Amino acid sequence: MQIFVLLKMVPDVVEELVIDKDGKSLDEELVRFKLNEPDEHALEEAVLLKEKYGGSITVMALDAPDVDDALYLALAKGANQAFRISGECKGWQTPVVANLFTSFLSSHCGPLTNETVVLTGSQAIDDIEGELGACISEMLKLPYISVVTRLSVDGGTKSATVLKEFSGGLRGEFTVPLPAVIGIQSASKPPRYVPVAKVNAAKKTAKIESVSLPAPNIKSALLLRKMFTPAATGKAEMLEGSPKDISARLIEIITQRGIL
Amino acid sequence: MAKEIIVVAEILKGNISDITYEMLGVGRKLADSLKKPLFACVAGTDGSTLAKTLGAADKVLLVENPAFAVPSSDASTSLLVEIIKQREPALVLIGGTNIGTGVGIILSLRTGLPHINFSKDIQSENGKIVVTSQLFGGKILAEVEVPAGGAIVSVVPGALPLEAGKSTRTPEIEKLTVPASESKIVFKQFIEPETGDVDITKQDVLISVGRGIENDSNLELADELAKLLGGAVCGSRPAIDQGWLPLSRQVGKSGMMVKPKLYLALGISGAPEHVEGMKNSGLIISINKDPNAPIFGISHYGVCADLLDVVPAFIDEIKARKGGG
Repeated sequence: MQIFVLLKMVPDVVEELVIDKDGKSLDEELVRFKLNEPDEHALEEAVLLKEKYGGSITVMALDAPDVDDALYLALAKGANQAFRISGECKGWQTPVVANLFTSFLSSHCGPLTNETVVLTGSQAIDDIEGELGACISEMLKLPYISVVTRLSVDGGTKSATVLKEFSGGLRGEFTVPLPAVIGIQSASKPPRYVPVAKVNAAKKTAKIESVSLPAPNIKSALLLRKMFTPAATGKAEMLEGSPKDISARLIEIITQRGIL
Repeated sequence: MAKEIIVVAEILKGNISDITYEMLGVGRKLADSLKKPLFACVAGTDGSTLAKTLGAADKVLLVENPAFAVPSSDASTSLLVEIIKQREPALVLIGGTNIGTGVGIILSLRTGLPHINFSKDIQSENGKIVVTSQLFGGKILAEVEVPAGGAIVSVVPGALPLEAGKSTRTPEIEKLTVPASESKIVFKQFIEPETGDVDITKQDVLISVGRGIENDSNLELADELAKLLGGAVCGSRPAIDQGWLPLSRQVGKSGMMVKPKLYLALGISGAPEHVEGMKNSGLIISINKDPNAPIFGISHYGVCADLLDVVPAFIDEIKARKGGG
């Protein structure tokens, strides 16, 4: 089986996000980047698929701060090849990002056979133009299904069976012919932990291959006026003091409401 | 000149989802202010009955074809492409739900209209339509203008009022015949939610844990608190994905909608997908180390501190109070 995993770095929202001077993007000098969380699950699902059905995993990511850490981690987890793709674009420009990935897949990865799955995270926190997986499926003319939490492959019928989440805990079972693009929401198991020593070993033995692609021939059609930090609604009354003081106040609040 | 505003009704298991009415509400306001008609689009098998509930729209475009009744975005995407090409709408609103995931961007590529995702509000401004989207887990907002030729907008569920989109009026119905294109994706069956030991939608008190609880050994704190307050433990997506809690305890977009008397959020940042499931709780108290965590924006009370410091003290105080009678 041939498994491609498309990874994207996104700003770590635990850190403060600062708007750039242009007012239309984040100041990337001041932002810490991390791997998009559903992408971690896409990678885990890829490793689970490889363990179950054999084959190889190729991971690829667009160049971004700390992207090498994510790619080496993927290699340490079981990816066979890792590519860092350089190209002019912002992470949120989905069609532009998708165009770079599809150019790379077409030029470097050979034909996508009926034993191929292309995995992405089901969405990212900067997908203002839409989901990357959906966009790539449309560009490659492949079937697409997303918000997937279970995935199995039938080598006989060359198809995948997936569970897609709806709402309220309801899920749906679907079959998809391969090759297909599948957006993973959660892997079948929590993403595995890899000790630092193993990642360091990957850094010594494995190599990230660097690829430069020409600037995509498409532009974002989005008329973005500005980005801004939401005004504090001021709704929450913030409780301060020692843990004991705060606890006493919390008890007062819930007692007044008849909860305690 | 682009014409009407179209709301794509979302139907799951034969029922119209709330997001449809949320979109109709905002759509009605826009349509009135821009003096454009508001249409709802319903596709599937039981459309004529469902269409009657969409009176906030001036007209319902009804496509009766069982091929569109399956919960697959494949089928609905091809249908919407046809409708957009025929109508040239000023705005197409689709639910930013798990069903709608991916539909907007694919429509955009096929029709040439831009897609604006994660919309939490849409306003008219001097004859223009302006969309506000929430990015980066709700920490940043983006203001985007809809061009004169129209756009496709995916609306975040739970962000807009539901009642504004409900009406007892009977809408005009226009039946459309749109052939279904062949879908490669085959729907097999629905899988009902796993019934857990506890139904979190029926609890008065929920102690909800997120990534900030750090590891499953700290769940004991939440468990103890839940016992003392007579409630149950639930969690946001990361707590379920890490395997700390079963799927039946998940609150949010893919999980349960809860409305307890007390929702105590421990180490939950307040991503829009989570907030959707708990924002109507009676009393929301949040403990989080990040002073900018969006959860504080929808909480009644907030504590900016390490929950591992506050929760043990809170447990001790409750025990002392209970012991002291």
